Amino acid sequence: MATPIFEVDNLRAHYLTRFGQKIQAVDGVSFSLKPGEILGIAGESGCGKTTLVSACMGLYIPPLHLSSGDVRIEGKSIIGMDVETNRRDVLGKQIAMIPQGALNSLNPTRKIKDLATDMILSHDEGADKKAVHARLRERFNKLGMPAEEVLNSYPVQLPAGMKQRVVIGISTLLDPRVVIADEPTSALDVSTQKAVIRLLFELMDQGIIGSMLFITHELPLLRHVSNNIAVMYAGEFVEVGNIEQVIFDPRMPYTQALMGSMLSAEAGHRDKKPVSIEGAPPNLAFPIKGCRFAERCPVARPDCKEVKQEIRIVADRQVRCMYAE
Amino acid sequence: MPNDSPLKFEAKNLSREYGHGKKLVQAVKNVSFSIPNRDIISIVGQSGCGKTVLAKMLLRLEEPTSGTLLFNGKPITNEADPRDHWRQVQAVFQDPFSAFNQFFTIRAQLKSSFKLFKDRPSDEEMEKRVDDALLAVNIKPREIDGKYPFELSGGQMQRMLLARIFILRPQVLIADEPTSMVDACSRANILDYLLKLKQELDMTIVFVTHDIGLACYISDSIFIMHKGEIVEQGPPDRVTGSPQSEVTQQLLEDIPDVHRDWIKRGAAE
Repeated sequence: MATPIFEVDNLRAHYLTRFGQKIQAVDGVSFSLKPGEILGIAGESGCGKTTLVSACMGLYIPPLHLSSGDVRIEGKSIIGMDVETNRRDVLGKQIAMIPQGALNSLNPTRKIKDLATDMILSHDEGADKKAVHARLRERFNKLGMPAEEVLNSYPVQLPAGMKQRVVIGISTLLDPRVVIADEPTSALDVSTQKAVIRLLFELMDQGIIGSMLFITHELPLLRHVSNNIAVMYAGEFVEVGNIEQVIFDPRMPYTQALMGSMLSAEAGHRDKKPVSIEGAPPNLAFPIKGCRFAERCPVARPDCKEVKQEIRIVADRQVRCMYAE
Repeated sequence: MPNDSPLKFEAKNLSREYGHGKKLVQAVKNVSFSIPNRDIISIVGQSGCGKTVLAKMLLRLEEPTSGTLLFNGKPITNEADPRDHWRQVQAVFQDPFSAFNQFFTIRAQLKSSFKLFKDRPSDEEMEKRVDDALLAVNIKPREIDGKYPFELSGGQMQRMLLARIFILRPQVLIADEPTSMVDACSRANILDYLLKLKQELDMTIVFVTHDIGLACYISDSIFIMHKGEIVEQGPPDRVTGSPQSEVTQQLLEDIPDVHRDWIKRGAAE
């Protein structure tokens, strides 16, 4: 069995508000990625997906703090260094992130070329600018983007889909081992979304990136992108398994509800009514005794709110529900 | 309100151009369509296909370069007070946070939408109608008392925008990508409120989206737009079941549906 590139071990992270309130946004998350593996993380807004991203990158900027746990890339822990060292030595080189809003992550007053050059120079101070430009052109060409044209443009001159691809191109310039894509397609239309996913696959297939964490709230999209899926709710993984298990045969009531809220465009599916999940995720500022989904769960039983839920193995996958079968 | 015309909107050879000479961009090219009363019409297309420009023309935020646009059988003219038009045609946009002012409470802003009316009801009446509208979108009126926009989630804010529509009760609602900022679980919820507006308030709704799946779910008729032109229109079952145009086929193919092969690893196209 191949050794994992990326290991996250019982990671817990919290926010500290200025009133001294502690909000446990990520609570005991563990997973590992082997080379070439893509793990999809699904969950609604406010479930801690984006906090998990910062926590996985070892980027703890107040009010976010590490409670406990460890993150290792190729066996080496990236936890516990200060923000500057982390930014220089870890981010971009070992782990990179593809953010959601490509439109906001590019500086509007600078050409793509200058922005990308800055990014390389900040990690490698002595680099020669000409060599860097050549490397940029080569990489953009390799990824199927019109390099000359794109590199000499300002962000406003590019359409949204191209901007997102440029951001992906720049994020992966230093060949990071692990890439975290945080809703990379949620601002794009379906056709450009496909082009972006294709680019991510290209990066994996050419060996530029090792493995990927793909975060989204669109389960149908995850079905096509990842090998394994983890469903997240209120800071915890509630169901982890492969695609067949999680999408087509979910066991945790929350995953079942997520699947029920999906819409399909096929003819004849029109009468199938999607059901949305009522209510909102719980407030994590207050400790929750029992199951975190119990308040909204359609099949909750009286003791669900009382008993702390642990991960169980049900039908070959991990489920955090004591009644799932 | 008396309304004899069976058609809400009627457009003939409508065009909108930007720039001139070499830099001429035709955002909307010679489109003709009609929108019947109390129908939900979806305009579907990729980003940049001109669907928002078309929606803005219906709202009188953009002026057509050529062609005619009739509302209730009468041309939309630029001389008249635009507020007359906005009393009857209202809009919900993509980002609810940019639609509300961060510095005022939500309740005060909902109440201020009465400013659009010529004769405003009494203060108690206004409060009551705000409460009713909030109940219509399943939010307990007391829950948002004294709250500012940043204290609510995206889904809740989108429902606030819809509450505003329940207060104003226009004849037509233009909904421009109202679900793209909302996550998948509350998306169905927002669509159900649109259906409710149609059923309870007899509203005509123009729904602009890039997701043909959403369009199928709620609309009576779908317009597929591509490069400024309407390339296909018809009822959802026909458009998705037997698409005539290549654009529609491409749109359907690009949806990541769970039951179909969508993308092949390593296969460059």
